[in-house]
Amino acid sequence: MDGIAPKKLTIGEIGLSVIMAGLAVFAIFVAAKAWTPEYAFHAYLFAAAAVAAVFAIANRYLSRPAITPQEIDGKPNYNFGPVKFATLAAMFWGIAGFTVGLYIALELAWPIFNLDLPWTSFGRLRPLHTSAVIFAFGGNVLLATSFYVVQRTCRARLAGDLAPWFVILGYNFFIVIAGTGYLLGITQGKEYAEPEWYSDSWLTIVWVTYLLVFLGTLWKRKEPHIYVANWFYLAFIVTIAVLHLGNNAAIPVSLFSSKSYIVWSGVQDAMIQWWYGHNAVGFFLTAGFLAIVYYFIPKRAERPVYSYRLSIIHFWALIFMYIWAGPHHLHYTALPDWAQTLGMTFSIMLWMPSWGGMINGLMTLSGAWDKLRTDPVLRMMVVSVAFYGMATFEGPVMSIKSVNSLSHYTDWGIGHVHSGALGWVAYVSFGAMYCLVPWLWNKREVYSLKLVNWHFWVSTIGIVFYITSMWVAGIMQGLMWRAYTALGFLEYSFVETTEAMHPMYIIRALGGGMFLAGAVIMAYNLYMTIRSPEPVALGNRAALVPGE
Amino acid sequence: MTHPTHTSPSIWQRHQVFEKNSILLVIGILVAISIGGLVEVLPLFYLKSTIEKVDGIRPLTPLELAGRDIYVREGCYLCHSQMIRPLRDEVERYGHYSLAAESMYDHPFQWGSKRNGPDLARVGGKYSDDWHRDHLRNPRSVVPASIMPGYPWLEKNLLDFAHIGDNMSVLAIEGVPYTPEMIASAVSDVKTQGSADDAATPAFAKRYPKAISRDLGGNNGKLTEADALIAYLQLLGTQVDFKLYDDKANIR
Ligand code: HEM
Ligand code: HEM
Repeated sequence: MDGIAPKKLTIGEIGLSVIMAGLAVFAIFVAAKAWTPEYAFHAYLFAAAAVAAVFAIANRYLSRPAITPQEIDGKPNYNFGPVKFATLAAMFWGIAGFTVGLYIALELAWPIFNLDLPWTSFGRLRPLHTSAVIFAFGGNVLLATSFYVVQRTCRARLAGDLAPWFVILGYNFFIVIAGTGYLLGITQGKEYAEPEWYSDSWLTIVWVTYLLVFLGTLWKRKEPHIYVANWFYLAFIVTIAVLHLGNNAAIPVSLFSSKSYIVWSGVQDAMIQWWYGHNAVGFFLTAGFLAIVYYFIPKRAERPVYSYRLSIIHFWALIFMYIWAGPHHLHYTALPDWAQTLGMTFSIMLWMPSWGGMINGLMTLSGAWDKLRTDPVLRMMVVSVAFYGMATFEGPVMSIKSVNSLSHYTDWGIGHVHSGALGWVAYVSFGAMYCLVPWLWNKREVYSLKLVNWHFWVSTIGIVFYITSMWVAGIMQGLMWRAYTALGFLEYSFVETTEAMHPMYIIRALGGGMFLAGAVIMAYNLYMTIRSPEPVALGNRAALVPGE
Repeated sequence: MTHPTHTSPSIWQRHQVFEKNSILLVIGILVAISIGGLVEVLPLFYLKSTIEKVDGIRPLTPLELAGRDIYVREGCYLCHSQMIRPLRDEVERYGHYSLAAESMYDHPFQWGSKRNGPDLARVGGKYSDDWHRDHLRNPRSVVPASIMPGYPWLEKNLLDFAHIGDNMSVLAIEGVPYTPEMIASAVSDVKTQGSADDAATPAFAKRYPKAISRDLGGNNGKLTEADALIAYLQLLGTQVDFKLYDDKANIR
């Protein structure tokens, strides 16, 4: 090992250690002067994390070789450590987020579950649920798969030495700050963008590093072409950065206060919020996961992507049109009509590129349909694409103003969200994770395909319970709100409509419980896969890589 | 098809510039995603018709602002909208449809997207303070079938308003018309509004026309978070006098 080149601290190691040490001192200073104990707690968390980072860098230095080779025996020396971490983190946050989802579902069925405590009340737990499933679970899946796919398809080691770790750990630290903040009442009060100014600033640094690592790896590629999955990852990373900066523009009250006020107000803020919100759907929950479709489905099915031209058309059409669709969240509000009309028009057109993606994903299986019977992992991913098709059909329908006048504010929206979220986002993530874990830990296959099958069926029934109960609840609620008696009076008081929801909320909770149970089966299966003793030779794997 | 003489590169070939150059790809993405956002967002800042012209809308008093901060903190917006749509049943159930002007000082807006509870855009004056107090402590004591969480801690926590002037300064920078005078007297205004018979009331009433003061023991340092939140709720939707408002003048 040694004897060739003496081991030296790199500039990166020195620089990051100094920055982290500085951050620790600064955070302790802020903590000492913080206006509220909640904010002081966060400042101490920052300090603790920064100190831990310095130790981790030192520790890593002691155990690492003098130089990390870019290639070993002519094969890229892939950097899978950060990918492994993000994969496990995704499993952890997934279970946490589903559990909180189940809990808030129980709160809506039986309000006693709120426990009369601030930390467990619905208003604080709901953002914890949405952030945990979207940003913590979904985010880690996207980090893991993007770092995996970009290395494989470029046949190059991830750019940067500490940077990939900084991205993964820094992102998960952001999750911890955001999540604990909600429980303590620290929020800026914008849906899906609840974290306060200091968490947002931290995330900005992490995200820019993410973009640089991703681009840096693309620059090292050995292929002239950038593989299609990477276009989608790139669109996701770039657009989320733009959205995050635009929507979170805020002025903090003080360095020593967690509170800030968004610079936008009223109707403009509403438009910017849903420009952000809808494109969090479009770029976080869609573009990023389509990238997974473009790599993992061809790989698992051992077929090339169905149509290269279709991927070009639907890529550009999708990203161009999504941005316009935000106003469908603001139909009949005080947003000017011209904006609502634009939003509606583009939302309906969006159906086309969305189904372009679905067709490309599904048709990739042509000639391999029989695999659906034997391979539950592939089945999970294919069903996810079908759910994607369903949610992106339902969405344009709900964007029509007359439909939206009924569906808006009701559980129909919640049903739509979860057919997208459970059926599409979570399923394609599960599929990718079932592929990734054996690849990363050098196993032939997951521990038990039978358990994957159980996971599939238990959670599919759960999804069916969830979305059908919410459709019924939503349409019923919408109709009850606008029902009139023969004498021309409103027929129902608000609380009567709430009472009518009760059975539906119980069925939803049951469905959520099944979905969670499926995820627990999965966690066990992945754990056993990692623990299982049969390593396979690397050669076995390399043969399967498409797009290379 | 009808270019027999020379073959220009097909669009698939042209597209290869994006596939081979990551920077061009990033630029292409940025262009594609910018257009829609710019077209929909920018005009809202300069089209005068975006926000109706109406009388009566003033910024929140410091006490109401403190209440609004609690509304945000507890995540009320996740179950309650503050946006009445111009649909017959909504107008009959909740009152006149919401105007853009009514939330023009709201940083951030709190229109909401889901109604697990009723709309609150015009809840001000609909119930008594005592009703709200009972309702926040235990919603089921006044609405037996309610699924709203209880907020018993709000009436136990004393309101922390030492920094409310700082909050107002930030909002002033962002365009809310708080004057230096309002900011300087913020802390005393909280106390004034929380103690009806204070000698400072006339000056306070001049700064915040039609603000309601209450005898909540504001001078004894006994104001609670529930008091502030109730002051905010009682203001909601009461500022515009719809008897005088001219719908026709503001058609957009
Ligand atoms: C065990 C599974 C889950 C259960 C039981 C569950 C339950 C819930 C409940 C009860 C709500 C609040 C609905 C309301 O306010 O009326 C909610 C909201 C939400 N959930 Fe889930 N959820 C689950 C999984 C997921 C997943 C996997 C995702 C995303 C990947 C997700 C994304 C969301 C979003 C975005 C909202 C907010 C919807 C809106 O504001 O319209 N959920 N969920
Ligand atoms: C062509 C694609 C789509 C269109 C046009 C669309 C349209 C819509 C519409 C009209 C609403 C209701 C807004 C309201 O009344 O408040 C909505 C809500 C929502 N959709 Fe979609 N949708 C699409 C695809 C998806 C997908 C694939 C997901 C993935 C998870 C998704 C997630 C959501 C979420 C989270 C909300 C709730 C936002 C909130 O109110 O908090 N949508 N969508």
